[in-house]
Amino acid sequence: MIENRKIKVLVCKPGLDGHDRGAKVLARALRDAGMEVIYTGLHQTPDMIVQTVLQEDPDAVMLSMLSGAHKALCPVIMDKLKENEIDDVLVSVGGIIPEEDKPFLEEHGLKGFYGPGTELKTIVEFVKNNLKR
Amino acid sequence: MDYSDLIEKLLNGNSRAVARLITLVENDIKAAENIVKAIYSHTGNAYILGITGSPGSGKSTFISTITKLFAEQGKKIGIICVDPTSPITGGAILGDRIRMKDNFSLKNVFIRSMANRGQLGGLARATEDAVKILDAFGCDIIIVETVGVGQSEVDIFKSAHTVIVLLVPGSGDDIQAIKAGIMEITDIFVVNKMDLAGSDKKIADVMQMLELRMNYKYESENHEENNMLKLKWTPEIIKVNSITGENFEPLSELINKHRKFLKDSGVSEIYQKNRIKSETLQILKHKISQKVEGLIHSNPTIDEYLRLVMDKSLDPYSMANLIIKLLGIE
Amino acid sequence: MTELDESKTLKPTKSERRDKFENLSGIEIKSFYTPEDVKDNNYAMDLGAPGEYPFTRGAYPNMYRGRFWTMRQFAGFGTAAQTNQRYKFLLEHGTTGLSVAFSLHTIYGYEADDEKALGEVGKEGVSIDTLKDMETLFSDIDLSKISTSMTINAPASILLAMYIVTAEKQGHSADKLRGTIQNDILKEYIAQKSWVFPPEPSMRLIIDTIEYCIKHVPQWYTISISGYHIREAGSTAVQELAFTLADGFAYVEAAMERGLDLDDFAPRLSFFFNSHNNFFEEVCKYRAARRIWAKRLKNKYGAKRKESMRLRFHTQTAGVSLSAQEPENNIARVTIQGLAAVLGGTQSLHTNSFDEALCLPTEKAAKIALRTQQIIANESGAADTVDPLAGSYYVEWLTNKMEEEAELYFEKIEALGGVIPAIKANFFQKEIANSSYKYQREIESKDRIIVGVNDFQLREACATPLLKIDEKVGEEQIKILQGVRDQREGKRVQEKLENLKQAAKGTENLMPYIMEAIREYASIGEVMTSLKEVFGEYREDSIF
Repeated sequence: MIENRKIKVLVCKPGLDGHDRGAKVLARALRDAGMEVIYTGLHQTPDMIVQTVLQEDPDAVMLSMLSGAHKALCPVIMDKLKENEIDDVLVSVGGIIPEEDKPFLEEHGLKGFYGPGTELKTIVEFVKNNLKR
Repeated sequence: MDYSDLIEKLLNGNSRAVARLITLVENDIKAAENIVKAIYSHTGNAYILGITGSPGSGKSTFISTITKLFAEQGKKIGIICVDPTSPITGGAILGDRIRMKDNFSLKNVFIRSMANRGQLGGLARATEDAVKILDAFGCDIIIVETVGVGQSEVDIFKSAHTVIVLLVPGSGDDIQAIKAGIMEITDIFVVNKMDLAGSDKKIADVMQMLELRMNYKYESENHEENNMLKLKWTPEIIKVNSITGENFEPLSELINKHRKFLKDSGVSEIYQKNRIKSETLQILKHKISQKVEGLIHSNPTIDEYLRLVMDKSLDPYSMANLIIKLLGIE
Repeated sequence: MTELDESKTLKPTKSERRDKFENLSGIEIKSFYTPEDVKDNNYAMDLGAPGEYPFTRGAYPNMYRGRFWTMRQFAGFGTAAQTNQRYKFLLEHGTTGLSVAFSLHTIYGYEADDEKALGEVGKEGVSIDTLKDMETLFSDIDLSKISTSMTINAPASILLAMYIVTAEKQGHSADKLRGTIQNDILKEYIAQKSWVFPPEPSMRLIIDTIEYCIKHVPQWYTISISGYHIREAGSTAVQELAFTLADGFAYVEAAMERGLDLDDFAPRLSFFFNSHNNFFEEVCKYRAARRIWAKRLKNKYGAKRKESMRLRFHTQTAGVSLSAQEPENNIARVTIQGLAAVLGGTQSLHTNSFDEALCLPTEKAAKIALRTQQIIANESGAADTVDPLAGSYYVEWLTNKMEEEAELYFEKIEALGGVIPAIKANFFQKEIANSSYKYQREIESKDRIIVGVNDFQLREACATPLLKIDEKVGEEQIKILQGVRDQREGKRVQEKLENLKQAAKGTENLMPYIMEAIREYASIGEVMTSLKEVFGEYREDSIF
């Protein structure tokens, strides 16, 4: 029995995008929902993100991207996770993700795609309901 | 559940296995039992540093700098950072990792964040088990870092080899802010941010406080054992600058000096016995409080007792005694 | 004469929509305001005529009766060639000043083929690596005839150097150039997060640019002291006001410490504010800003010239207030925000495009944004008299109140030792994190309504055409960059970079050295790397 199980979440800012208001607000909301949250800070390269996943073993990884670099960076991140045999982590990307880019990202294993105007509780529920383990 | 696959990977140096095993020992005491059983014989090689300090003392920068130093010495380092769980929401922001960015690029550094999960959450037990995993992984040095505010955090430090407390020049609040139990087991006091005014005064404050200290950390309850001790350890005080790295070499030497003391003095064995006692006590406390909680929530007899206490026919102490009888551990 | 019953203004006479009406800074707003609320105001001392100390009513005597504010629409995307097209389009359609948005890799000083630039080239702004890109950006645009604002901070000195040399190649001397560089590093640590070096060397570079421009580019505005980003990051209006002006005071003090004459450099400082949703709060914010700045420059720093005390500012409507849902609603929001800026006396204005929350602006959206300004200017009457809202009991009361609240913040910042110590103590970051979390909670509890988002929502989604940046832009830019590397004299570049590094270790003004380096087609990345080797890189403590 997992008596003390907490959901552990990584909130990341990949690439050079410096808009961190949403990521920080989300991190607080996840904490207020009883989760253990690590915010990685800005300017994360795919290697840094994967390294953090390898060591912290989160249940979910939330990528916050508002600069348009998602199509370039997300596949790289997903590939590196696969290389390291990490397949039971929920990976979600949000921020500014145009509708037409979603199928491409879904093919690469990402989910979520929450953008401006989303209620925090929607994202919290999404995390709870989409964990892979 | 079979963890042998993960454990084999662990002993072969696989990072992911380390992380998965730590998650398991955090969340599930049954898993922890099985895992510790399997790896215990592979532990005992790592040197454990317990580091704490009040908020604002610059812990993360300090740990970054000292980790870099150890890495340059060719060591493999594991770092466990403990952050408080909110008593209201049950959640936590584990914010130490982000402050140690420099260490990401270092190959031989493994950083893991943990939440203290409230006082009864078995933090000490979980952290000790995580330390064992990092030990079996092959870490030469394991740093356990906490904010030092709770009793469980004091307990963690009881099993560290060297306990370091970080202080800052300026207000006297930081000495007050650190839990009393920790001050008594500190081996090295570090005055961080030595470039600020008041660093020497802080050193003087610590020396004054040490004069008033009643207990000697490395005392045994056994007189004979005490008489056999060849050396004594007086807590050392040193000032450093974590940003420039000033005085870190001398600090490293101090740590080695303490390490040597533990070996040469004969304290090591006594100390190890105490540590094992303390650790086992943690496990017992955790298991028993789990049992009791389980009992209280499920046993109808407890409701009976509760009603009697509410009527004032019974008092809480008597009720506790009855529960102990119920558990069968008189 | 009957006495006014104060209690009548506070107690609701009928049931009201809410228990309390608060503006976005948490200031409680009464049912109505009366002369009582402004009885201590003295027209000459607190308001003054427009263009006169303390400039509450406006920076200039006749404001828009003389000339409309500059309609300066922020633009930049893809390669320099693509943005050059957009600039020509905007100029044809009536924009009166150019404003450059740079790609993230340029902002941080990474070359287009750097590992860190992966996926970022051409997104968020125009990609500039070398002088060649700058020349392309302004190809066929006469730099002596327009003014250009460049939103760039850490490498601002480099971009300015490139602009000056580009103009030179067009045959224009630097003293003819008009424009601004944002160059406000303090707010980067606080809000926008595009710093590179630590605070102290960053300040040195900024004062170097101020010193250089006083002598060589006298019409140039050397800093655009910004509140826009602070507001976007989640601060309240009062915080935006206070933190921005505090940064301004810090720059004034640093320049004076260098030995520069206040009356030489202060006239070339400018500001950049946000224009957010609460109409009156925004107008009062601008008026309070002018008054606070004028008083301090005169009384604390001893300014003698009017030009030194005059606060001039650019405004951009609040990006963060625009919704991704029902984007056309944003046209109404931007109109209100633009009007507030005009009634607040802005010198130049950028109105956001309605597709702001979805992507970079399409041509259609960019045009509507510009037309919004033209309609305000030509059809609304708002530009026909100066500071028309003056004298309103509410407006004067709120202007005073915002000034008071800002002063409280100044005290707190001074108690911490000033702006840089406050940054290191995470003071601003904590304030902003708390305000932004509070705001979000208000929206989620429907205490604050955003039309189309948490109320009045449509059932169906609407399709909005988006501007797509071709992923191939990255490849294109890398090719251009490689072309430059092949054609330039590598040895001379290295030489100039080495000279720059040596100068950086000392105290000389670095502008001439930077100019020498970029003339040889050193890239922004190469210059920044050389400076990083001397100055180091800044690490922030993430607070929330």
